[in-house]
This record gives sequence, C-alpha cells and structure tokens, in this order.
Amino acid sequence: MQAEVVEFESAKTGESVQAVYEHPWPVRFSHWLNTIALFVMTGSGLQTFRAFPSFGAKIPQKDLLNWPKAFAIGGWLGGALQWHLTFMWIYIATGLFYLGYQICSGHYCQVLFLPGDIGGVWPMARHYFLFGPKPPATEAYNPLQKLAYTSALGLGVLSVLTGVAIWKPIQFSWLAWLMGGFHLARLWHFLVMWGILFFLLGHLVMVVLHGWNNFMSMLTGWKTHPDYTPRS
Amino acid sequence: MDERKFKKMNRRELLKITPVIALAAFAIPVLREPLLKKGLAFSDWASGKLFRPGHLATTFEDSELTPFEKFPINGYDVDDPGVIFENWTLTVSGAVQKPGDYTLAQIQALPATRQNTRHVCVEGWDVIGRFGGTRLSEFLKLIGADPTARFVSVQCADDYYESLDMATAMHPQTLLCYEMYDKPLTREHGAPVRLNVPTKIGYKQAKYLTDLKVSHVLDRVGYWEDQGYSWFYGL
Repeated sequence: MQAEVVEFESAKTGESVQAVYEHPWPVRFSHWLNTIALFVMTGSGLQTFRAFPSFGAKIPQKDLLNWPKAFAIGGWLGGALQWHLTFMWIYIATGLFYLGYQICSGHYCQVLFLPGDIGGVWPMARHYFLFGPKPPATEAYNPLQKLAYTSALGLGVLSVLTGVAIWKPIQFSWLAWLMGGFHLARLWHFLVMWGILFFLLGHLVMVVLHGWNNFMSMLTGWKTHPDYTPRS
Repeated sequence: MDERKFKKMNRRELLKITPVIALAAFAIPVLREPLLKKGLAFSDWASGKLFRPGHLATTFEDSELTPFEKFPINGYDVDDPGVIFENWTLTVSGAVQKPGDYTLAQIQALPATRQNTRHVCVEGWDVIGRFGGTRLSEFLKLIGADPTARFVSVQCADDYYESLDMATAMHPQTLLCYEMYDKPLTREHGAPVRLNVPTKIGYKQAKYLTDLKVSHVLDRVGYWEDQGYSWFYGL
C-alpha cells in the first residue's frame, strides 16, 4: 500500500513541509457519520435501558443501575426507540459503506491488525502505559493502534448482530441462539456498548495527545509533519 | 507545491465530507418528529418484509415456564375492567361474511391449541408463559373473513385497542387465547379472551377483547402506537 505524499514550502518560514494523505474521503465520511450515529445509538440505547435497568427477572425486579436521564436521548422509552430504530439504519449503512470501501480499495491494509503485528503490540503498550522507549514509527498506524481499531470494528459488527438478535429474536432465532437466547442477547448488546465506549475513551485521549495535525487528517485526509517516513 | 495550493487542496477534501452535516436536520425540532416517524415507518416496513408467515416462534418445555404468579400483569389502565362474563360476546364486524356477536362457547368449540412461548415486553424484560386457545385463523375462517383484507383490529373492555397485519393474524401461533397455564384466563390477564401473538411484542397481546374487525384500511392503529411506538413490531 503506497501513500500519496506531497511537499510544500511553508509561506512563513520557507521550510519544506511534508504531508501524507492518510484518510481517503470514504473513510473520513464514514468516521464522522458514525460518530453521530454512535452518539445517538448510545444515548437512545441508555434511555431504552432505563425502562428496565436489569438483566434478571421482571418479578422481582432488581435494578442494576439508575442511568441519569440527562445522559440519555429520547426523553421516554417510545422516543428513545424512535431514535434507535431510525439511526440503526444510518449506523448499519455507514458500516457497510465503510467495509465495502476498505475491501474494494485495499486501503484496509492501513488499519487491519494481522498476526504479524502481534510482536509490536507490547513495545507500544510499554511506551504508552509504562513510559518505555518509543518504538520507531514506520507507517500511519502502529501495531497497538491497529489492534484497537480492528477490535473496535469487531465490536461494531457485534453491536449490530446482538441488536438484531434483540429486535428480531424469532426471524433471526439462530442469532439469538448463538448468544444464548434472547435474554442474554440483551446483556451482550449492553456489554458491547461498554466495549465501544471504552475504545472511545482511549481514542479521545490519543486524539488529544497527538495534537492538531493528526486531528486535521481525519477532516482533510492530509497529515502534515508525519512522525514516520511514508513509503511513496 | 506552494502552501496556498496545499491549503486549497485541503479545503476541497474537507468539502467532500460536508454531506454529514445533513444529519443536523435531526437537531431542528420541526424536522425531528417527521424524520423519526419516517425512520420508525421504515423499520416497520423492513419488519414486515422480514416476517415469514410459516416460521414459528421458539417453543419451550414446561420446565422452562415462568411461574404463573411471576408472569407480569402489566395493564395500562386498570387490572380488571369489570367484564360481566354472562353477557360477554365478541362483536365481529367489517369485511366478514358473518358479522355479529360470538359467544365464548362458540370460540371454544373451535379446535384448541396450547403453546409455551416467550412474551417480550418493549421495556426489555421477557417471560415464558403457557397459553391456550384457538388459532385466530380458525376464527377468521368461522366468521368468513375476506382473505384479501389487510388488517384485524380489536377493541378491549378497558378502551385499549390494537391491530394486526393479516399475515400475522393468520400465523399458526396467533391465538384467540382463553387459557393461561391450562386454566381459564384470570381477570387481570384479560378474561375472558385475549390475543396471544408470540411473533409480536408484548403490547400487541391485547386483553379483555370485546370487538374484532376485519378491514382493508385501519381507522385506528393501537393504543401505544398512537403514543409513538412501532406498529408492526414483529419479533
């Protein structure tokens, strides 16, 4: 996979600045569409959960947690379901568009975690969490990043599958069966959501740590001053 | 390349993803409600397409049943609307050959069936119950329902109302239910006759039926649907 690279002269300093095209528009488009869809799906999902905040029996009902209404979308159960059942189509369509693009373009090489990346995970984790030396960057994503993004994509797929098992436990009874039945599918759906939120937390911390040039690359595709030497 | 050209290229790239802003329509109050209604209607349309008339809901062993006393009552208004059983009839109207009042005895004279199926509430909880009655399709045959009609709607003694698409009404597990756990329905569970539709969400299982209408057009959809819930809501 070859990245497009340009060099331009800075108008201020006259020095030569390198920029690499990291994110083609379908990836950026899906990223921001998904940001909104995920926000609505999580908020409305939590409002739905408020109607029965338990995974046990209805009688007697033991509430698991009282999620605050202020951090939920829809205002009431019916409203939340309208949001959820509307944005699930946007969420699914975005996911299919993204996966379709990645597969057809071959751009997935940038993000897909492969067995060859396993060795690079620990040095990177040691750098981030234990202040170890920073392994040299050789491409857009390091092995730990690839692992995180690939896992997040997997969770995205699981969020749809567990959701379908709850929405259509009879028409897709095999899906519900795979998850241990309708009752457990609801728990998996909930846990997958927390998995995605956990990824999001790490993602946002990294975005802040890596600064403006990195953030802009998800808007324009171009990253100036890359911290690696792009192959071109 | 000079910096101006690079920046121009960046702006062009940024423009490519601006269609995402269209989703802001959901933040505008006057647009939000019609958009969400469209989304819900689309989900209902997809649900209708996904429904397979011959595909059965999972049935369960007697040992898997939720104990009767732990089967929630969940009335929307009163648990007992005070139906006088001696006078009770099911009033049939609409696109049928034999409209009129049908007694419980007439319904019970039809072939009986019993099933252990899951009752799923829109709130998120579920129970497995045992339901007995006659297939709604048998009753529709008895009253000579127009096979081209699209809807079956019911009216209840507590002013609740519901409606089913014809494919669901004809489903072999859709019952005019007069028994739960092998005993006549209790008042709180909808005596003398309720709907048992295992392929649909809980609020479609209307209780204390008084009227049944077969029609080509729906004049009333359903109590919860009119509050904003999904109409089809097939499981």
